Amino acid sequence: MIKVKNLVKKYGDITVSNHLNCHFEKGKVTVILGGSGSGKTTLLRQLTGLEKPDSGSVYFNGLDLTTFTKKKLYDTRKKMGMLFQGSALFNYLNIFENIAFPLREHTKIADNIIKTIVTMKLEMVGLRGIERLMPSQLSGGMTKRVGLARAIVMDPEIIFYDEPTSGLDPISTGVIGKLIKDLNHALKITSVVVSHDIKSCFRIADNIIILFSGDIIAEGTVEEIKNSKDLRVKQFINGEPEGPIPFTRTDKNYLDDILFE
Amino acid sequence: MEIAATLGRFTLNRIQILGRSGIFLFAAVFQTFLPPFRIRRLVKEIDFIGSKSFLIVFVTALFTGMVLGIQGYYSLSRFGAQAALGIMVALSIIRELGPVLCALMVTGRAGSAITAEIGIMKITDQFPALEMMAIDPLKYVVSPKIFAGIISLPLLTAFFDLVGIAGGYLVGVKLLGVNEGAYLGKMTAAITFTDIYGGILKSLCFGLLITWIASFMGFTAEPTTEGVSRATTNSVVLTSLSILIIDYILTSLLL
Repeated sequence: MIKVKNLVKKYGDITVSNHLNCHFEKGKVTVILGGSGSGKTTLLRQLTGLEKPDSGSVYFNGLDLTTFTKKKLYDTRKKMGMLFQGSALFNYLNIFENIAFPLREHTKIADNIIKTIVTMKLEMVGLRGIERLMPSQLSGGMTKRVGLARAIVMDPEIIFYDEPTSGLDPISTGVIGKLIKDLNHALKITSVVVSHDIKSCFRIADNIIILFSGDIIAEGTVEEIKNSKDLRVKQFINGEPEGPIPFTRTDKNYLDDILFE
Repeated sequence: MEIAATLGRFTLNRIQILGRSGIFLFAAVFQTFLPPFRIRRLVKEIDFIGSKSFLIVFVTALFTGMVLGIQGYYSLSRFGAQAALGIMVALSIIRELGPVLCALMVTGRAGSAITAEIGIMKITDQFPALEMMAIDPLKYVVSPKIFAGIISLPLLTAFFDLVGIAGGYLVGVKLLGVNEGAYLGKMTAAITFTDIYGGILKSLCFGLLITWIASFMGFTAEPTTEGVSRATTNSVVLTSLSILIIDYILTSLLL
């Protein structure tokens, strides 16, 4: 589905994508794991063409996304859905209009059919009946589910999830995880999930990619990752504060910093 | 050396921002002429920038006209020229106060709201969301606002002129007893097409200026709460100052 080749992206001196090579299989749930600042969101943005890499390619169905014209990119995006970290609902539209938005913009579907589609998508995320509410009236978990309903309204081939469970309570986290899995099974949608939530990641993932400061340090199925001998991977999935992944960011010696100004 | 470098960097920085805002405007205007046309978005923006500003423009115009009536009467009666009150009120409102005050009021009401709205859309990732839905954010959000500004401001200014002259009439004729025929008759005889044309041209420029600066400031706001509040303040201050400066330039060119 998506193949990444030699992807490089730098912000100033910091390399956020360091010659990445990876591949997202069709019909599978691939989770990109990593701590904050490991470059996982940047990788996601490059997969969708929201950000251009400094060098390297992203092949979407065999075509290099990074060379697309704006029109071609937009046409490709109609096959993509995305759930943003903050859901990114339009706060001046109610729930119904939010979900109907892509349909109204890109299709000439009649109003009564739009209503049927929106109702179906809301039923899929278990929120039928809230069409008239405004986004500000919903809880965090509900907002995410509405965002998900909007992401699937155009029946995409692939859905990108940016931290779908961050900031949610355990039950909502479970609900979202189950939804991702169900959508993947029922609609055969390829899913790419960016997350740092190990527990729910193991539950939903087919494949896992672990990023650490711009590098891929592990790639494989859930079992392979769980049995990995790599110390950095072990530290990350067990959430240990001590290990090869340093807690502090600076290279300068602590004593030097205190004793000499 | 240090000072020269800082000064140079500052200047280059400013010129860069100016250039970027120019490209921003060009892209937004250019996009408008490509299908699909967003008539409903345009109408909605005209409603927000134009119709919803009616009351505030009405009150501003009425009191401006009334004050001009009193002040004008006081000044003119020193030369015994009260009969020229109508011309004085109408000329100052149509040529100057109408377009400028109207633009300043709209800046405070709509310009700040536009910057805040766009800034908040930026914070909450709504622009990448639009991009992911294959919709150009510039075309969807900014172009209708700019055209709504260009359409609304001249209409609001015409309304301001009308109410302002009526305010002057109210005070001058009804309260201070200036001859009604003199107020209205001399006015209609003395106002030329150039006066009205100049005022409308100014309001067109201000309409563009308000929505352009407000949108650009929102778009380039730092995506934090503090960044948006700073952008909103800067937007209002910068627009107000630009209006006054451009007004001087236009006046000197038109005369």
